[in-house]
Amino acid sequence: MKSAPFAYSRPADVDEACALLAADDGARVIAGGQSLVPMMAMRLAWPTRLVDIARIASLSYVRDEKDAVAIGACTRQCAIERDQVVARRLPLLARTMPFIGHGATRARGTIGGSLAHADPAAELPLIAVTLDATLSYRLNGNTGDIAARDFFQGLMMTALPAGACLASVRFPVWPGKVGSGFHEVNARRSDFAFVAAAAQVQLDEDGKCRRIAIGVGAATATPIRLGAAEKALTGIVLGGKQVADAVRDALSDIEPLDDLHASAAYRRRAAAALAARAVADAKTDAERARHAH
Amino acid sequence: MRIELTVNGAKHVLDIEARTTLLDCLRDHLGLKGAHAGCEHGVCGACTVLCDGAAVRSCLMFAPQAEGSTITTIEGVTPAPGELSPVQDAFCETHGMQCGYCTPAMILTAHALLAGNPDPTRDEIVEAISGNICRCTGYAQIVEAISLAAERMRGTNTPGGPRP
Repeated sequence: MKSAPFAYSRPADVDEACALLAADDGARVIAGGQSLVPMMAMRLAWPTRLVDIARIASLSYVRDEKDAVAIGACTRQCAIERDQVVARRLPLLARTMPFIGHGATRARGTIGGSLAHADPAAELPLIAVTLDATLSYRLNGNTGDIAARDFFQGLMMTALPAGACLASVRFPVWPGKVGSGFHEVNARRSDFAFVAAAAQVQLDEDGKCRRIAIGVGAATATPIRLGAAEKALTGIVLGGKQVADAVRDALSDIEPLDDLHASAAYRRRAAAALAARAVADAKTDAERARHAH
Repeated sequence: MRIELTVNGAKHVLDIEARTTLLDCLRDHLGLKGAHAGCEHGVCGACTVLCDGAAVRSCLMFAPQAEGSTITTIEGVTPAPGELSPVQDAFCETHGMQCGYCTPAMILTAHALLAGNPDPTRDEIVEAISGNICRCTGYAQIVEAISLAAERMRGTNTPGGPRP
């Protein structure tokens, strides 16, 4: 047995889960467990109680709302990967799903678990930040919201209040024809990313960029948006040189992680290359979407 | 704590510590040594079993999380005692195994793939087994085995999947 001993509870609903968390400082939520169980196996985490929310049916759904898609925290990654609403309305999320772990971990892993775990190398936090998602949680019988850009605070640190249980994440849907791009580098397919970049683009009638979101993950402790590049690229035709210059400038003042997998200099260089590629893919994708109608 | 599991068609009621992984539960409590313990933190894939038909890592689940689920291990994929499943047969024929450590997990992953996709492309096979590490074969014969099994299973009306 590798993990330290713990008590195990399977609450019937979210508020019961919150009560269990409130009663024990050492209690932790488990959903799919694909990040928490390895940490427990290596004794990097030793919760006194696991509150298993995986079977709370009201936390597992993909809901098409007017201007957004809401996804329950316990929705399994494999379900999101196959979901038709996600494929149609959240092309960037749909494109990224196959990069998350492996088939066998997506079969158990949940979207809320990945967001709450906040691994800097994880894809879902990057997509949440890139698409300006809003995360909702339950605490003391109330619901609270946190914008994704405020949620991720550091390496595996989030703004989720102590004792709260993440309930859902809401991704705004961009109207009209949009294109998306996603790239990452890692040691083997679907392994932890050293650097990842995501982009979503909307073009106007003249082929100029009407709206763009560019995010970079795994390069820094939390996912970042390249706001300066987004500003510089809005309203122009997305040419290779303009995009490369804009993303390189936007990345000039970041403080990249530096570890045995990749140096800070490599991460900065790779981030610029991958972000430019993601934007180029998003542009091509958006042109295709425009011409399809 | 007491949990109930259906493993390879048989129902079991077990009294175990909550921290027992599904892998340890299968190996140490049920004697099913075909689920292999490799890295035990979700990297190597050697512990892969089927949980309600999906390939999952049994080292990344505590047994209580699997309560009420239907688990299939390599011991459960054979159609009858002394016989091999079409995937097992294909692994023998193409030399899809050497030391055998990754093999049960590879075969179960292949069963899960072929249950949902009877005619996978080479890329789809590679993607499906990308979470399973093999240090002997170089993967080429494993990919060949899964492709051969798929072809045979398409050409027969005998169910090739794990027995219910």
